Amino acid sequence: MCMYDVIVIGAGVTGCGIARELSRYDWKVAVLERASDICEGTSKANSGIAHAGFDARPGSLKARLNVEGSRMMEGLSKELDFPYKRNGSLVLCFREEDRETLKRLLEQGRENGVEGLEILEREQVKELEPNVSDEVKAALYAPTGGIVCPFGLTIALGENAAVNGAEFFLNTEVREIEKTGKGYRLLTGRGSFEAKAVVNAAGVYADRFHNMVSPEKIHIIPRKGEYCLMDKKVGGFVSHTIFQLPTVYGKGVLVTPTVHGNLLAGPTAVDVEDPEALNTTQAGIEDLLRRASLSVRNLPVKQVITSFAGLRAHEEGDDFILGQAAGAPGFFDAAGIESPGLTCAPALGKYMAQLVREYLPVPEKDSFVAVRKGIRGMASATAEEQKRLIAENPLYANVVCRCELVTEGEILDAIHRPLGATTIDGVKRRTRAGMGRCQAGFCSPRTVEILARELGKDAGEICKNGENSRFLTGYIKDGIQGEA
Amino acid sequence: MEKDLVIIGGGPAGLAAAIAAREAGVEDLLVLERDSRLGGILNQCIHNGFGLHTFKEELTGPEYAGRYIEKVLEQKIPYKLNTMVIDLEAEESRKKVTVMNREEGLYQIEARAVILAMGCRERARGALNIPGYRPAGIYSAGTAQRYVNMEGRMPGKEIVILGSGDIGLIMARRMTLEGAKVKLVAELQPYSGGLKRNIVQCLDDFGIPLKLSHTVVDIKGKERVESVTVARVDENLKPVPGSEEEIPCDTLLLSCGLLPENELSETLGVKMNPVTGGPEVDESLETSREGVFACGNVLHVHDLVDYVSQEAAQAGKNAAAYLSGSRSGQGRGIPIRAVQGVRYTVPSSVDVSRMEETQVVRFRVGNVFRNAAIEVSCGGKILKSQKKQILAPGEMEQVILKRAELEQIEDPEEITVSVRAESRGRD
Repeated sequence: MCMYDVIVIGAGVTGCGIARELSRYDWKVAVLERASDICEGTSKANSGIAHAGFDARPGSLKARLNVEGSRMMEGLSKELDFPYKRNGSLVLCFREEDRETLKRLLEQGRENGVEGLEILEREQVKELEPNVSDEVKAALYAPTGGIVCPFGLTIALGENAAVNGAEFFLNTEVREIEKTGKGYRLLTGRGSFEAKAVVNAAGVYADRFHNMVSPEKIHIIPRKGEYCLMDKKVGGFVSHTIFQLPTVYGKGVLVTPTVHGNLLAGPTAVDVEDPEALNTTQAGIEDLLRRASLSVRNLPVKQVITSFAGLRAHEEGDDFILGQAAGAPGFFDAAGIESPGLTCAPALGKYMAQLVREYLPVPEKDSFVAVRKGIRGMASATAEEQKRLIAENPLYANVVCRCELVTEGEILDAIHRPLGATTIDGVKRRTRAGMGRCQAGFCSPRTVEILARELGKDAGEICKNGENSRFLTGYIKDGIQGEA
Repeated sequence: MEKDLVIIGGGPAGLAAAIAAREAGVEDLLVLERDSRLGGILNQCIHNGFGLHTFKEELTGPEYAGRYIEKVLEQKIPYKLNTMVIDLEAEESRKKVTVMNREEGLYQIEARAVILAMGCRERARGALNIPGYRPAGIYSAGTAQRYVNMEGRMPGKEIVILGSGDIGLIMARRMTLEGAKVKLVAELQPYSGGLKRNIVQCLDDFGIPLKLSHTVVDIKGKERVESVTVARVDENLKPVPGSEEEIPCDTLLLSCGLLPENELSETLGVKMNPVTGGPEVDESLETSREGVFACGNVLHVHDLVDYVSQEAAQAGKNAAAYLSGSRSGQGRGIPIRAVQGVRYTVPSSVDVSRMEETQVVRFRVGNVFRNAAIEVSCGGKILKSQKKQILAPGEMEQVILKRAELEQIEDPEEITVSVRAESRGRD
């Protein structure tokens, strides 16, 4: 039995953001995560956008935390060393009769406190983005819109929380929650945990935990979004994030450069029942490419290197559910965190830590370390930095992933740092090994070998992500049957 | 560091180019190999069938590579292993090759000439846009080949293979021999992408079904592959609703084409051929950048390593001639155009004043043709008409141009290579 002050359920960007803020205070904090790594749910499959904040209804938590998060992002990206770029965004309007809607969006944005918004006419839009569709009539320009690496942000928050004392328990699925005299008991596949306060940041599963303790039920609908990622060769196809006017299902399909220089199109929006339905579909991919092609001319669909799907944790109330669950003192929800959840995460963490503090007063720690250094990447380093890295550690000259220029030095760092990688996907999200155009064809055998060596395991035990996702099924000759 | 000739890649192309260059008198050359040994992909091709043309005997991949590696050692041709070229620039006629390795760190080599011999990679699932889950158990055929042949590990037990490229066919047999069950090879096109002999020896002999005009339309399994769904496709290669069949398996191997690895060539700004994915070259196998040559699978994907070696030897010899300034002529190249059933040619131009007595022109056709003829024309004259019982995209073809013949044509504007079809068949 382990006793904590606060337990966070879920190690996605929301859970990690909350854990980091909780770790500023003199609490004993644990984070329970069912997957084998942090950043394994919605946080790993989304648009990677740091939204400006004009979409949400004024007065909503979404609006407030979005604008706050957007303002924090640049400073935080320096403090925690993750890739972020303020590239600006455009919302395109294709019909004269939609100008009113565009204008309302501008006004809404201003009311939310978004700075620098303006409406651009067709010619100005074409000047900014020559590949935009000829059908465009006008666009809302938001200079504060940005792009961020969703893995980089989540892992940075998680690592920093861990360094500051938050204990992460991976492969630890919460099955039941019981009320105790002092707080809550969480029964998991790896024993039970007790805490005075619980923060529910379980993404598409947040309703399950909320409904275990509160008589006022909530319902999370997994809303699938499919994406196509294109080669870095066409990363410069657009330089801003290109949205279309929003619909009831969200912000519509976007076309954007990623912070690492790829081109991304998506997402679709389809409600599904299975909270693990991370499959892409023929119809979905066709639909997203068709819709993305409305925004830009000659979308380079031949350059697609991978497609993927994520699930938004959509809640019917259409705003974040943040705060104590009804009838469950000390049980805090961070539920219904769909877009712009990634952008909000840093601000949401602060907000949640304040709520918990009001419930469970605590002093700040003197020992909190706010700064974290990320993995130094050869691909983004200057020639001088590359030379210095190799001089410090010759393994930085040993290329493992050719497409993204990831070296053994970086992979070792990814494995051995706090909350280090133990899976192929874990290495991939921390270093980009396998994210390039060959999609791990060349590097995965090498990555398996390095992981096995460093973790003291057999290569056969190395998994892609979950415990049942082994890469290898045995040795040769194993399966041969017959008389000896 | 300065070198007369730098060869990027120590696979079959790089090795043959290096040997030919040395034999033609280049003393100051260097082969750069990113892997831990010479020989490239041949090291994992432990099946036999290599070298029938070159050595008149059947060798395994490592044996074939071994013959060239021996020569490289004999001739004391310098090479560096575990060395990655990370940048390639050209200033006037000087080429700057940025490399790195553990021992020497990061540095630049200035080269007077460069031979590109980086090979190719396999087309990945993402580029095929196969819908479904993304579990463990989806590998390119070459990755599986590496696991089985070099590491002694099995990537799966119940296999479906998409694509009938040669590596996929070879792996169907290999996995079967190692005790796995290969349930099906599905091929999107109405013809196979591999060599006929591989279909016979690797599928037919083992009773492995090949379904043409079929593709994978879904992959199930959240952590490891549990099944794939295969469907028939129509003439436009679109899946036919109602034809789906779900096949339980733990592994999907992909053998859906090879792509020349030209990222470095592109940073150098050489002119590319959109059909091959490789550089455009003339009869010297020289790219649009002076003193930069290309050969092997980085130039266009071959079926047989023997032809890679031949082509690479030509590149090596021509690089030597370039370096010694002994290249004759400086006339204009006649473009070679691929028309009517022919997808591309290598080379794509020929300079008559510079060419040797004969010049091999290699190409692929875009469909299956039966009882057809390959025609080469120039200046309104048919230079050659070669009858062929069968022509297929999976088999590289060649014609030989003769200098004497071309010299007789006044002011030739272009040479065309085409297929004259008697009948176009489905195999």
